[in-house]
Amino acid sequence: MTVRIETLPPERENTLLAAYSGAVASARRRNLAVFVVIVALYLLAGWMAEVRPLTFLDNIQNFTAYLGQILPPLTLANLPADVAAWYWGLPKWLALLGETILMAYLGTLFGGIAAFGLCFLASANLVRSPAIRFCARRFLEVCRTVPEVVFALIFVIAFGLGPMVGVLALAIHTTGALGKLFSEVVENIDMKPVEGLTGTGAGFLETVRFAVVPQVLSNFASYALLRFEINVRGAGVMGFVGAGGIGQEFLVAIRNFYYSDVSAILVLIILTVVAIDLATERLRHHLLGREAHA
Amino acid sequence: MRNRPPSALRQAALADLDGLRARHPAVFRAAWSRRAVVIGSLALVVGLAVFAMMRLDFSLLRILHGLHRLSEFAGMMLPPSAEGRFGLFLTALGETLAIAFLGTLTAACLAFPVAFLAARNVVPNPFLRFGVRRGFDVIRSVDVLIWALIWINVVGLGPFAGALAIACSDFGAFGKLFSEAIETADRKAPEGVTASGGSRLHRVRFGLVPAVLPVLASQVLYFFESNTRSATIIGIVGAGGIGQYLTELIRVLEMQQVAFLVLMILVTVALIDLVSARLRRAIIGGAAH
Repeated sequence: MTVRIETLPPERENTLLAAYSGAVASARRRNLAVFVVIVALYLLAGWMAEVRPLTFLDNIQNFTAYLGQILPPLTLANLPADVAAWYWGLPKWLALLGETILMAYLGTLFGGIAAFGLCFLASANLVRSPAIRFCARRFLEVCRTVPEVVFALIFVIAFGLGPMVGVLALAIHTTGALGKLFSEVVENIDMKPVEGLTGTGAGFLETVRFAVVPQVLSNFASYALLRFEINVRGAGVMGFVGAGGIGQEFLVAIRNFYYSDVSAILVLIILTVVAIDLATERLRHHLLGREAHA
Repeated sequence: MRNRPPSALRQAALADLDGLRARHPAVFRAAWSRRAVVIGSLALVVGLAVFAMMRLDFSLLRILHGLHRLSEFAGMMLPPSAEGRFGLFLTALGETLAIAFLGTLTAACLAFPVAFLAARNVVPNPFLRFGVRRGFDVIRSVDVLIWALIWINVVGLGPFAGALAIACSDFGAFGKLFSEAIETADRKAPEGVTASGGSRLHRVRFGLVPAVLPVLASQVLYFFESNTRSATIIGIVGAGGIGQYLTELIRVLEMQQVAFLVLMILVTVALIDLVSARLRRAIIGGAAH
C-alpha cells in the first residue's frame, strides 16, 4: 500500500526548515562543546596515564601472542590425555575454588547481618534524630569507599595470612554496600503499617520487626544475592594479597609464566562466576516474582 | 520513633487479648508448613556458615589477637600526615583519576556499538545475540585485578595497563547494561522512523539512540565513580595509581601516611560522587523535559 503525502507550499516549507535548523544549531553547538571538553579531558588523562599508542600498536601482537601461549596444546588425536595434562592440578584448584566460594558466602552473610542491623538507623523515615542517621550513613560510606583489598592488606598484617582475613575484608565492604541499598529499600516502604504500630505504642524494635521487616525481606534477600555474586569475583582476587582463595595460585601461575596453568585457572574462575551469576539470577527472579504475586 | 506512653487502643487490646486470640487464631500462630520452611532455610544458612568457618580456619584466639593489633594500628594512624610527600600523593591520585576516566570512556565507546548487537529489538537473529551476550558475560566475570595482571604482561608495568584493565572489565558490564537499556527503550519512535521510510540504520540512529543516550550517559558516570574506587587498588599488582603507594606504605607499617592516603581517597570519591550525581540529574532531567 502506498500513501501519497502532499508536499507543503515552498514558502511554508522554507520557514519551517529555517526554524528547524535554528533550533538544531544551538543544540549542536552545545553538544560540540561537550564533545570538545570530553576529548580534551581524554587526551589529558591519556597523557597522565602514560598512554603510548605507538608502543601499544607495536605490542598488540604481544597480546595475541600471549593468548596463544596460554592456550593449552590440545590435539584432537590425543584429546583426553591433553585435557588431563592441562588440568593436572584440578583437585587442588577445585578445593581452592570451594574455599573462594565459602569466603564469598561468609563475607556476604556477616556483611548482610551487619547491614541489616545498621540500615534501619540510616533510614530517614524511621529515625528522627539526624545525628544517629548522619553517623550511620558516614560509617557505611567509609566501609563502602575503602576497597576491600585495602582492608585485606591491613588485616593480613594484623591477623596473619589466610582466608579468614579475606572474609573479614569482604564483610566490611559488604556492610557498606548493602547498608546503603537496604536503607534505600527501607525508605521506600509503605508507611501505613509503621503508623499503625506507632499508634498502638510500639517501640522502635517492635515497629521494625512487625511493620518494616515483612515488607523489605525479599528485596533484602535479592540484594544480598547480587552482592554474593560480586563477592565471588572479589574473593577470587583476595589471594593476590595473601588473603586466601584461588587468587594466590593464579598470581603464582601468571608471575612464573606457567602459561597453561593461567588459562586453566582462568577458565575455572570464569565458569564458576558465570554459573553463580545464572543461579543467583534465577533465585532473585523467584524471590521478586513471589513478592509481586503476593 | 520514641517509646510512647501506651495508648488507649493498646490497653483495650491487651485487656481483651484472650478474646482476640480466640477470634483470630491465624494471626497468632503461623501455619506449620510456613514455619518449617523458615526454620529449615535458617538452619541451612547457619549450618553452611558453621561449616565454612571450620573449613576456613576461623579461630577466636586469632581474631582477638588481631583485634588487639588492629587497635594498635589505629593508634599509629593518628594523626594522619603526608610527611612531605603530599605532592607525590597528589600526582598519584591524578594518575588514578586518569586511569578511571580513560578506562571508563574507552569501554563505553567500544561497548556502545556492540551493545546494539545484543539487543532484541535491533538484532532479530537469536544466535548472534546469544553469542554477544555470553561474550559480555565472560569478559565481565574476570575481575579487574586479573585483567591488570594480563595487561601488565603485554604493555609492561604502569598506569597504561591499569587503564586497559578497567576498559576491559567495564566493556563487559557496559555491554550488558547498554543492551538492556536499548531493549527497554520506547518502541514508538523506531516504528515511526520505519513508517516514514527509514532504513534499519535510520531506525537505530533516529529512533533508538536519542532515547537511550541519556540513560547510557548516566550509567557511564555511575561507573566512573565506582572505577575511581577500583583504580585506587589497581596499583597493588603494579598497574599505576595511588594503590602502589598504599601497598608499599601498608607493608612497611607507615600508618600515618596510610591514613592520609585513605582520607585523600575518601575525599576524592565523595567529591566525584557529588559532581556526578549533579551531572546525572542534569542529564536525566534534560531528557525528561
